[in-house]
Amino acid sequence: MNPVNYLYLAALLFTIGAVGVLVRRNAIVLFMCVELMLNACNLALVTFSRLHGNLDGQIIAFFTMVVAAAEVVVGLAIIVSVFRTRHSASVDDTNLMKL
Amino acid sequence: MTSTGEAVQFWVLAVIAVGGALGTVLCRKAVHSALCLAGTMIALAICYLAEGAVFLGIVQIVVYTGAIMMLFLFVVMLVGVSSADSVKEVLKGQRVAAVVGGLGFGVLLCAGIANADLRNFTGVGAANQAAGGNVQGLARLIFTQYVWAFEVTGALLITAAVGAMVLTHREATEVKQGQRELAEQRVRLGTQVTPLPAPGVYARHNAVDAPGLLPDGTPAEISVNPTLRERGQMRHLGSDLLRRMGELEQSTAGWLGRKAPKPRSGAELANVEQTATEQREVESK
Repeated sequence: MNPVNYLYLAALLFTIGAVGVLVRRNAIVLFMCVELMLNACNLALVTFSRLHGNLDGQIIAFFTMVVAAAEVVVGLAIIVSVFRTRHSASVDDTNLMKL
Repeated sequence: MTSTGEAVQFWVLAVIAVGGALGTVLCRKAVHSALCLAGTMIALAICYLAEGAVFLGIVQIVVYTGAIMMLFLFVVMLVGVSSADSVKEVLKGQRVAAVVGGLGFGVLLCAGIANADLRNFTGVGAANQAAGGNVQGLARLIFTQYVWAFEVTGALLITAAVGAMVLTHREATEVKQGQRELAEQRVRLGTQVTPLPAPGVYARHNAVDAPGLLPDGTPAEISVNPTLRERGQMRHLGSDLLRRMGELEQSTAGWLGRKAPKPRSGAELANVEQTATEQREVESK
C-alpha cells in the first residue's frame, strides 16, 4: 500500500465535512463538521510529512490543533450566548440582519 | 511500499473514519453526531501513530477526543439534548446543490492527488532518528525555527480564553439578598417574624410532609414545605394517627412515672377527621 491512500482518506473526510457544513442547520453540528475538515487537513499534513521525510508537516498539524482548540472555545461561547438570547441553536433563526 | 500490517490497519481504520464522518453529518441528534465524530478522531489518531507521528497521535486523543469533544458534549447538554435539526429547507434546492457540489469538489481533490507523482516516499523514520525521537525532533523545531509562531499561539490561546469568558459572562441584575437583608425584610413585613415551625416528626412517621401540631391538636400548615403544600402532597392527619399518638404518650408517661396527659375525646378526634376530609375534598376539586 502506498501512503497516498491516506491522502485520499483525508480528501474524502474533508469533502464529507464540507457537505455537512452546507447541509446541516444546527450550529453545534456545523462546528463538528468544521472540526472534521480540520482533522482531515491534519491527516494530509502528517502524510505529507511522511512523504517528504521531514517533521515540518507535523509541526503545522500541531499548530492547527492549537488554533482549532481556540476556535472551538470562542465558537461554542458564541453559540451559547446566541442560544441564551434567541433560545435556538439553529443557524436559520439568526436572521436579525436580514432585510 | 508500506508493510501489509499497515495496509490492513489502514483499511479497517479508513472504514471506521468514513463511517464516523458520515454519521456526524447524517445523525439527526447532536449527541449522536458528537459520538460519531469522537470515533473518527480516535481512528485518525491511530493513523497518526502508524505514520510515525507519535506525539501528534497522543495529542489527538488527549486534546481532541478528550477535551474538545467533551466541550462539545457540554454545550450540547446546555443547549438541549433533544434539539433535533429542522428538516425544513429555507433555500430551495440548497441541499441537492450542496451534495452535488461536494461530490464535484471531492472528485477534483482526488483527481489532483492521482495526478501527482507520489510513487516514492521517504518515510519519517530517518528524521525521527536524527533528532533522537519524534518528540525531541518536534521540540527542536518548535523552539528554534517555529518559536515565533509558538509564542503567537500562546497569545491566541489567552485571547480565546478571555473571549469565551466575556461572551458567556452575565451581569447580575439585582443585588443578592444576604441574611441581614432577609431578616430586616421579615421584620418590616411583620407577618412571620420568627422562624417557621418545624414539620411534625412522629414515632411512626418521620417524613417532612407531615405538619406539626398546634397545642389544640390541629395541624399547622405553615410547618410544611411550601413546595409540598403547592403540589398538594401534605400528609393529612387522620383521627387514627392522633389516637395512636395519644396511646404512645400514655405509655411513655407510664414508663417515666409522670402524670399522663388527658386522652383526646372522641368528639375532638371526629372534628380533626372531618377537617382533614374537607381539605381533601377541596384539593381534589
